[in-house]
Amino acid sequence: MTTIELSQLTEQDRKHKASEQASEPLRRRTRRQRLFLDAVLALVGVAFILPLLWLLDAAFNQNASQAMSWPSLTLSNFHSAVAAGAGGAIKNSLYLAVVSTIIATFVSILAAYALSRRRVPLKGLLLIGIIFLTGLPITLLLIPIYVMYVHLGWDNSPFYTSVALAATSVPFAIWLLKNFIDQVPREFEEAAAIEGSGNIRILWKVVIPLALPGICVAAILTFINSWGAFLLPLVIDANPQNTPGALGIYEFMSANGRVEFGPLAAYAILFSIPVIVLYLISTRWLHGGFAFAGGVKG
Amino acid sequence: MTLQTEALPEGSNSQSRRRRVKANDRERFRPSTLGWILPASALLIGLFLVPTAYAIYIGFTNMQLLGPNAQTFSFTGWANFSRMIHDPVFWYSVKLTLIFVIGSGIIAQTVLGMALALLGQRAHIYVRASVGAIVILAWVLPEIAVAFIWYAFSQAGGTLSTLVGHPGSDLLSTVPLLIVCVANTWRGTAFSMLILSAGLRGVSEEVEEAAQLEGASYWRRLFRVTLPIMRPTIMVNMLLITIGTISDFTLIWAMTQGGPGTETSILPVYMYIQAFQFNALGYGAAIALALVLIGALLSVVYIRQLRPELRRGQ
Repeated sequence: MTTIELSQLTEQDRKHKASEQASEPLRRRTRRQRLFLDAVLALVGVAFILPLLWLLDAAFNQNASQAMSWPSLTLSNFHSAVAAGAGGAIKNSLYLAVVSTIIATFVSILAAYALSRRRVPLKGLLLIGIIFLTGLPITLLLIPIYVMYVHLGWDNSPFYTSVALAATSVPFAIWLLKNFIDQVPREFEEAAAIEGSGNIRILWKVVIPLALPGICVAAILTFINSWGAFLLPLVIDANPQNTPGALGIYEFMSANGRVEFGPLAAYAILFSIPVIVLYLISTRWLHGGFAFAGGVKG
Repeated sequence: MTLQTEALPEGSNSQSRRRRVKANDRERFRPSTLGWILPASALLIGLFLVPTAYAIYIGFTNMQLLGPNAQTFSFTGWANFSRMIHDPVFWYSVKLTLIFVIGSGIIAQTVLGMALALLGQRAHIYVRASVGAIVILAWVLPEIAVAFIWYAFSQAGGTLSTLVGHPGSDLLSTVPLLIVCVANTWRGTAFSMLILSAGLRGVSEEVEEAAQLEGASYWRRLFRVTLPIMRPTIMVNMLLITIGTISDFTLIWAMTQGGPGTETSILPVYMYIQAFQFNALGYGAAIALALVLIGALLSVVYIRQLRPELRRGQ
């Protein structure tokens, strides 16, 4: 160790000790303050976790009720949930979510690419219009869509329900994807164009891979939105065979005149797991989403 | 001038790149672009613009779900709207909607989200991470699951009823509006927490330190420095909460179906009841239009608040 380093070290050490001595009461106060803040935050956490704990308790408890009780562990609630049609309803939700996600993501990528790269007349106005649509409540669209669907014979069809669900996600998906594609450097596309690649090839081989994190986030948000869909399927698809999970839980809640808390809790957990998993995946992608700026060295 | 920039080695300065990008933007409109935006346009026109126009039209008719006016409805002018003005349940529903959106949405979620963000800033990392995860989990759950949890929670003998000391009473029939508001706050707070913590991170430490050096107390710094800087973030957060809450249907419908009586019939619920239970599609559409108007009025308030920032941004 050289002398210079040594002297630096001792000086730092001395400084450190001096400050420690001077602020000992102050530090103890801030430590107490921090403990207090931790306690307050933990208390809020307890208030938030209680409902979740009840759900877990009821799902695995043989004697589940509206009250929390020490569970006698069982999986019978899950069996009862499946017997009440949870499997079929969740399959219906999966259909709605997958089909609407494919439709919404496909049309949004094309539109976002054009809005990001091409000259589109009245582009500014279109973009403002798209933001405006993001805020338009589904409540307004519900009655006209119902009347139109009945006229066209599109009601009671899972496919057309998926189309309607896709449409409700498209404005936000376009907006999100345009912002992501805006961040993809044009150099790659220009290079691909010079090599003679066509537009679709450029989109498929260059833009989509680079904007993939954004595309995944848009797709996952659409999926989550359609997965939990309640009001649209309630109105435009009355066929009991097409009942999605959210409606299934609702109907199960009001069936038989009494609420079966255990099986319902199990049903709710089965229905929630995919969304929780997708949320975890999407946060991963979102963090990765800002990394690709390093793709071009300036 | 152009010659000069082109003579420079490629990518040597950002200006030449920016100019090239601009030139791309100015490129002529190519008909093939229509093909790219056509599928999205078809969806948005078919399922947003046409229905919006149609909703306005239906609002001026006596269209019904079933019965004599289901097939042969007629234009009735302002009849639905004058009925609405004289409908006490409608005005009660407007009041409930405002309480629900402003109370359980804008105020409760923003304040609680901000408190969590501020506490999280100074708390131990493990406490922050675990409480954050719990709050976010409540937000990620499907709305129907949240509705069911809080339905059970507030039953007679339920956990909440026991905790507040009224184990025998069904809170959903004694204080229904309060319970759906609490459920909505429980579910929505994570969103504000996430947005506001991101905003807090953006408040430069130097600004905070400068205020600290001047000897300002924590609360003074918070109200005089941090919150004013975060005003745009808070406003955007409130706008997004409003948009998200004002059309909420699932939570309340699954918990109470708007009841008991009409005590939780916020406008989306009242619209659904009128249109699909009382068959009055025309009146339902008129209610939906009123809902959009209320949402637009609330949004204008935030956007007016944001205007100075937007102008500065330009």
